[in-house]
Amino acid sequence: EGDPLILEVQEWASGLGDGVDAVPYGMPIRFESDVIRRHVEWLTADPRSSVNFTPIHALDGTITPQGCAFERHHSGAIELSKQDYRLMINGLVERPLVFTYWDLERFPRENHVYFCECAANTGMEWKGAQLNGAQFTHGMIHNMEYTGVPLRILLEEAGVKPEGSWIYVEGHDASSNGRSIPMEKALDDVLVAFKANGEALRKEHGYPVRLVVPGWEGNMWVKWLRRVEVTDGPVESREETSKYTDLLANGIARKWTWVMDAKSVITSPSPQSPILHGPGPLVITGLAWSGHGAITRVDVSLDGGVSWQQARLAQPGQPKALTRFYLEIDWDGSEMFLQSRAMDETGYVQPTKDELRAIRGTNSIYHNNGIQTWWVKPNGEAENVEVS
Amino acid sequence: DRFVTPMPELPDRSEAIAKYTAPPPSPLMAAVAEGHAEGRYGLGRPATPDEIAAWDVNVMPDGRGLPPGSGSVEDGEVLFADNCAVCHGDFAEGVDRWPPLAGGIGTLTEERPHKTVGSYWPYLSTAWDYVHRSMPFGAAQTLSPDEVYAIVAYILYSNDLVDSDFVLSDENFLDVEMPNANGFIVDDRPETEYPLFRREPCMSGCKDGPVEVTMRAVVLDVTPEQAEARQARETQAATGDEAGAVEAPAAAEETALQEAAVEAPSGAQPETGGVVIDPALAAAGEKVFRKCQSCHQVGEGAKNRSGPHLSGIVGRPVAAAEGFRYSAEMKAMGEAGEVWTPERLARFLADPKGDVKGTKMSFRGLNKPEDIAAVIAYLAQFQ
Repeated sequence: EGDPLILEVQEWASGLGDGVDAVPYGMPIRFESDVIRRHVEWLTADPRSSVNFTPIHALDGTITPQGCAFERHHSGAIELSKQDYRLMINGLVERPLVFTYWDLERFPRENHVYFCECAANTGMEWKGAQLNGAQFTHGMIHNMEYTGVPLRILLEEAGVKPEGSWIYVEGHDASSNGRSIPMEKALDDVLVAFKANGEALRKEHGYPVRLVVPGWEGNMWVKWLRRVEVTDGPVESREETSKYTDLLANGIARKWTWVMDAKSVITSPSPQSPILHGPGPLVITGLAWSGHGAITRVDVSLDGGVSWQQARLAQPGQPKALTRFYLEIDWDGSEMFLQSRAMDETGYVQPTKDELRAIRGTNSIYHNNGIQTWWVKPNGEAENVEVS
Repeated sequence: DRFVTPMPELPDRSEAIAKYTAPPPSPLMAAVAEGHAEGRYGLGRPATPDEIAAWDVNVMPDGRGLPPGSGSVEDGEVLFADNCAVCHGDFAEGVDRWPPLAGGIGTLTEERPHKTVGSYWPYLSTAWDYVHRSMPFGAAQTLSPDEVYAIVAYILYSNDLVDSDFVLSDENFLDVEMPNANGFIVDDRPETEYPLFRREPCMSGCKDGPVEVTMRAVVLDVTPEQAEARQARETQAATGDEAGAVEAPAAAEETALQEAAVEAPSGAQPETGGVVIDPALAAAGEKVFRKCQSCHQVGEGAKNRSGPHLSGIVGRPVAAAEGFRYSAEMKAMGEAGEVWTPERLARFLADPKGDVKGTKMSFRGLNKPEDIAAVIAYLAQFQ
């Protein structure tokens, strides 16, 4: 008497599996076919100028596999070979230079893990709970280990003139997605990256070279990086005036809101990852991050923010990278209003959505880092809600 | 010892090695060796003035970077209709979810602000720069400076910021006043938010409980359908003796089957509207079709976008995609009983505007007859 899976000899325990090289570059096993990027069709006019979302509800740990890391393109993901790749540094420099891809590989490189979050992540939730799933509310984020050359080294190679106070960066694609970055940041931790998670960047993430701007909004992480111009001021391009500026309730808009403030979300349980096992031991888990530095602590509330308890960080927080947290509880099967609250090394405590609305109104689109609530019901299903 | 065997003979790798080897150094490299001697890495080569001119096209808010030139509202209206209206509307009011460029002045404090070039953009340089470098969508960098001046002049006119006889040029560019020029402040979170949010976190009795639900996502019901995911989850969650091996969700397999069917299996000739399809030609046509994709969808579930869907287009009556707003000329052709035969399509694709005056299609046409034949073969697969 017992489980036939144990009592009977199974096919896989008797016959043979695949040989090596059955799949020269592996994909996830077919049972994981639902762990994929998804987009929201009504959000944008065209898939070539659109965004999709990382399935954060189904991942664990902190590193996002490139194959399911969210995409955001403004004129489509272009196919650009290493042979055809060129990077120009010009403007207020002693020596305007052109680099090939292979030139970049000859400079000293560094490895860093950073999160990349779209400024519009959670932007659909300003007026209230709208999308039902962590993938859709918080999935415009990924976290990878980048290999690249510090931009500072390339700028030094060209020789920045004293009046050079900003840079303007743009890509090879038709949108070019130009952004202005102050020189202080350019010389600090910006990377010209060509590898992510150990392998070449994927086409949709800017192959062969992208910019990495740690802690700052994803739109500045220019893909297919083509040119870095040293300037004496911001260009005020389309992406930093008409978009990626935050309209306040009084009709005035904030510009240059580059830093992504501390934020967190419970990835499971959540609407796409309900509790299927009934009462008893339950692992609550989620992600926290801050563009100001390392996450120092995450609190979790089961009652919609009335009381809180400290969660366990899987690893000490790393600067400008995702931190995984866990809270193990003995669930009694009653309804919960799950919330998480991140704290970073500057002492910033993630605010509620209503606290942000009180300051900014509801037309900001960008930079919504308010506390998320999942209403977990006795049957284990969860829903995106807002609470009093 | 079983792993100690003679090395297999290696295939010829010369082609692959050539592919991954940097191109030979150009004469420009001499300057670089000099840099190495000066203590730098000495990598890269000097950018030539022509190369810098080709790529450094940005326009600064003070007008630096604008090329000499000019364009009138009058010319801009025609250029806008030809190049921009298909997405942005004849009056820059926006089509579907494409952005409107005109109107909305005074709406920034409203519940639904209407952010356009006129109501929101602080600098005119941004509009010129963006039209010049990135528009039209799918045909960037095809407009001359004079054409860009004219289109920007028309956008200003659509926003009631200039008169119909206005001519925009590099000389009067900075005279144009943008209504929302003073509508922006530099990020003030360090003053307005961080002092409030850098605080001791409350741990208990933080609000008067118990809390109540004030808004629910399911009420709006805008989340994409996830039947597949749900089904997979339920299968996995099923417990007890009856639980079989977890199979790929049926819906996913169905999709795979549909995709396979589109590939026109050898032997069985699919229904193609009377056209015999050469598979190689159709494959070449798939690449040509990339030029069309920014406006047209084709195949399973294709919908009207800024252009009508093209499923069944070969052999379809003209102006027959349901729900699409065709030009008057297209409608008239349809009413006259014209049909998109391969020959008729070929004539249109060679010169859309010359063929159907007034068509909303801004595409300039395909020059090569072989591209036209290929794209028609590709489209004929979708019946």
